[in-house]
Amino acid sequence: MIKKTCLYETKNEDGVLTVTLRGEIDHHSAVSVRSDIDALIYESRPRKTVLDLSQIEFMDSSGLGLIMGRYALMERMGGVLTLKNPNERVVKIFELAGLGRIIKIENE
Amino acid sequence: MKTKESVKNKLSGKVINEIKVKMPSLSVNEGMARSVVAAFCARLDPSAAEIADIKCAVSEAVTNCIVHAYKDTIGVIYINVKLCENRLVRVEIKDRGCGIEDVKTARQPLFTTDAANERSGMGFTVMESFCDAVRVRSAAGKGTTVTLFKFFEER
Repeated sequence: MIKKTCLYETKNEDGVLTVTLRGEIDHHSAVSVRSDIDALIYESRPRKTVLDLSQIEFMDSSGLGLIMGRYALMERMGGVLTLKNPNERVVKIFELAGLGRIIKIENE
Repeated sequence: MKTKESVKNKLSGKVINEIKVKMPSLSVNEGMARSVVAAFCARLDPSAAEIADIKCAVSEAVTNCIVHAYKDTIGVIYINVKLCENRLVRVEIKDRGCGIEDVKTARQPLFTTDAANERSGMGFTVMESFCDAVRVRSAAGKGTTVTLFKFFEER
């Protein structure tokens, strides 16, 4: 058994699905996390999905793919996706792709 | 102030330390590849930002080998890390995979041949943003060598 490098917890309240990701998002970890989050979105049909990135220790451009893919899915389902508390590194990569204009970031 | 010209002139130097690693192109090795390079750089007493930069750039290059060069197959990824005496770290990441037909286009932000698998097309842009220079040598059918050049500030 190989240790998972990206773990997550979920909360579903009042039509808002919050996924708190922890650890490292790279191409390896993004593949399984992405199918898990999609299954949750399909099952619970939230009006809003929040990806809480405050516990992320590493993210490369595979994380952008993960975020953009979930954003597109939520849009197709008539909902919205927002990011919560991304660290400075995540924001740096996010801004490189110009995603700041498209996806809302909530900081608290 | 580092200008493009002054960086170019210093991209080589006497090598004072070196490691070579080779690994199969399994996605589980992405984390190991960036950690090995980070460990090599640690003796330079780098800042947290410098380490995060080089880890991210290595991760991008290795992911490219796995996702593109050896698509649907398993090949060998060769990583050669050199420390030069001017605090320049050169990370060479080489594969013998499919090669890139048009390197200039591949380096464009948001360009990807694999949108279906949610590739963002930002790999080379991340490498370029987080390193002082990036060199790509590739031949279709023969493979690709990406060299990342990063200077570590004296602290």
